[in-house]
Amino acid sequence: MSKRIVAEDVNAYYGSAQAIAGVSLAIEPKSVTALIGPSGCGKSTFLRTLNRLHEVIPGARVEGKVLLDSEDLYGPGIDAVAVRRTIGMVFQRPNPFPTMSIRDNVASGLRLNGIKNKQVLDEAVERSLRGANLWNEVKDRLGKPGAGLSGGQQQRLCIARAIAVEPQVLLMDEPCSALDPISTLAIEDLMTELKERFTIVIVTHNMQQAARVSDRTGFFSLEATGEPGRLIEIDTTEKIFSNPSEKRTEDYITGRFG
Amino acid sequence: MSATILEQIPGLGDDTRRLHAPVRLALLALTVLVSLLLFAVTPLQGQADFVVFVVVAFAVVQTATSFALEGRRHALDRLLSLGVHLALLAAVVPLVSVLSYTVYKGVKKLDGQFLTHNLTGLGPLDTNGGEYHAIIGTLEQVLMATAIAVPLGLLVAIYITEYGTGWLVSAVRFVIDVMTGIPSIVAGLFIFAFWVIGLHRGYSGLAAAFSLTILMLPVVVRSSEEMIKLVPAELREASYALGLPKWKTILRVVLPTASAGITTGAMLAVARVTGETAPLLLTSFITPATNTDPLSGKQAAIPTFIFSQIGLGRPVNYDRAWAAALTLIALVLVLYISARLLTRRNTLSRR
Ligand SMILES: Nc1ncnc2c1ncn2[C@@H]1O[C@H](COP(=O)(O)OP(=O)(O)OP(=O)(O)O)[C@@H](O)[C@H]1O
Ligand SMILES: [Mg+2]
Repeated sequence: MSKRIVAEDVNAYYGSAQAIAGVSLAIEPKSVTALIGPSGCGKSTFLRTLNRLHEVIPGARVEGKVLLDSEDLYGPGIDAVAVRRTIGMVFQRPNPFPTMSIRDNVASGLRLNGIKNKQVLDEAVERSLRGANLWNEVKDRLGKPGAGLSGGQQQRLCIARAIAVEPQVLLMDEPCSALDPISTLAIEDLMTELKERFTIVIVTHNMQQAARVSDRTGFFSLEATGEPGRLIEIDTTEKIFSNPSEKRTEDYITGRFG
Repeated sequence: MSATILEQIPGLGDDTRRLHAPVRLALLALTVLVSLLLFAVTPLQGQADFVVFVVVAFAVVQTATSFALEGRRHALDRLLSLGVHLALLAAVVPLVSVLSYTVYKGVKKLDGQFLTHNLTGLGPLDTNGGEYHAIIGTLEQVLMATAIAVPLGLLVAIYITEYGTGWLVSAVRFVIDVMTGIPSIVAGLFIFAFWVIGLHRGYSGLAAAFSLTILMLPVVVRSSEEMIKLVPAELREASYALGLPKWKTILRVVLPTASAGITTGAMLAVARVTGETAPLLLTSFITPATNTDPLSGKQAAIPTFIFSQIGLGRPVNYDRAWAAALTLIALVLVLYISARLLTRRNTLSRR
């Protein structure tokens, strides 16, 4: 079910501007990997290279290799659409489809795989909503628009939508930054549950969150504005937060950055 | 402490000396009275002049009083708010009067017999007869034009926003912009030369629909394009991230999200061409008879019906023209409302 990701010398560009340079790291299956670092250092960009979403931006391109259990996602003959079906993503701001009901939002990914059987869809919807800890709150109004939920509920709806297609990997880009502490806690608990089944990569600005939920933590930074972002180090979360090998990591974590 | 700060801000300090509504009403009454007096004793006269005079005088009086009592900021506020309300009135009055005058003139002749009969076999003095043939013609022509222009325009808009690159998009955009500027008579002339005469097809409802299509297309393309562009990138990315291919993303996420706006744009285009007269004179012409076959033969339409009736110049002709004008407005209204209801239903209960 869950797979290991290895990035080898990944460079990403927006037009002629390079956003990240030479990122190599390994993401272990059935674990939570947190990516931290100052704003603009390319965490989101790197995350989006992992499911080939970076390239949908006009002029954007990626160099390097991203291996999903030894298969290069950027290899010849690999379909970006198929990659995105295997690697799900949750965005910073909740973005449920406004024209669809709660049920349809969750089922939207499955429908494309040709699943039309109503019973199968309904089961998947319930399973995913339970998985996202949202079922009890919405089970009586599955036909209502997804946009009518609170921000925290919408984000959990987006998580349900992402896990409904049973991806191998779940990418989360600051999934809690728009949420209150209680919703945040709910989603953190959820991550701990979900890592039994998925490989999870989360970008966060919240050190405590990284320390609470992740098994490994990677620190990104950039030398100066205008320079591409780089991976400074990646290690077990415990090591990064207690005894990082790089001075810059320590400065950032203890708040002496910049 | 806070009181002193408030007093330092001009206009905020003393809130007791305000021009309350009764005071302003009294000012208005005073202005009207004085103006009446002035119009009685001086050479000033005329109803329109009186209204303008009162409005200007009231603006001056109120601003001056407000300035003296409430201070500069409130005076300016009152002046601007009066201006805005007058502008609103100026915009609404013509609209309402066109509508109400048409209703007033139109209902006289608009009855069951008018809606179900055509004009065949009538002498110039007969007062019966109706616009059945014209309604049929307009419905068929506009329906056909919509059936061609809306899908085509939507496809072009999707091409421009989602697929096109480089010079081809600029070229398509340029052509669409040029089409926006085509006078309707030229669109009619083009179909007349190309289809009616050139291909020997003769007058027909279809030819009229073609000329209306030329007029609708750029409106549909432009409005759909704007609406599609308004769909947030986040929604597309959410769809891509689920593994939906581009065409499915467009079909299932982008278009439904933009559908209300696209429909409104399409309806505006429909409303615009429903009243077109000039191109129809060159393509479907005028006839007193009912022709349900849009593919061949002259076909009446409501705008050309109005045009030909006005040309005849008797009271009964004017009555028919007004009744037909009322039908035209009602038709556009019904189309518009049903389209809005349709998209509302679609966006809320898509399953
Ligand atoms: N769509 C884009 N077009 C051009 N440049 C972009 C685009 N998105 C991001 N960038 C640039 O790429 C660099 C990395 O951005 P990215 O969004 O990956 O940073 P980040 O680490 O996620 O920051 P944050 O913590 O603020 O989200 C920045 O310099 C940014 O300006
Ligand atoms: Mg980011």
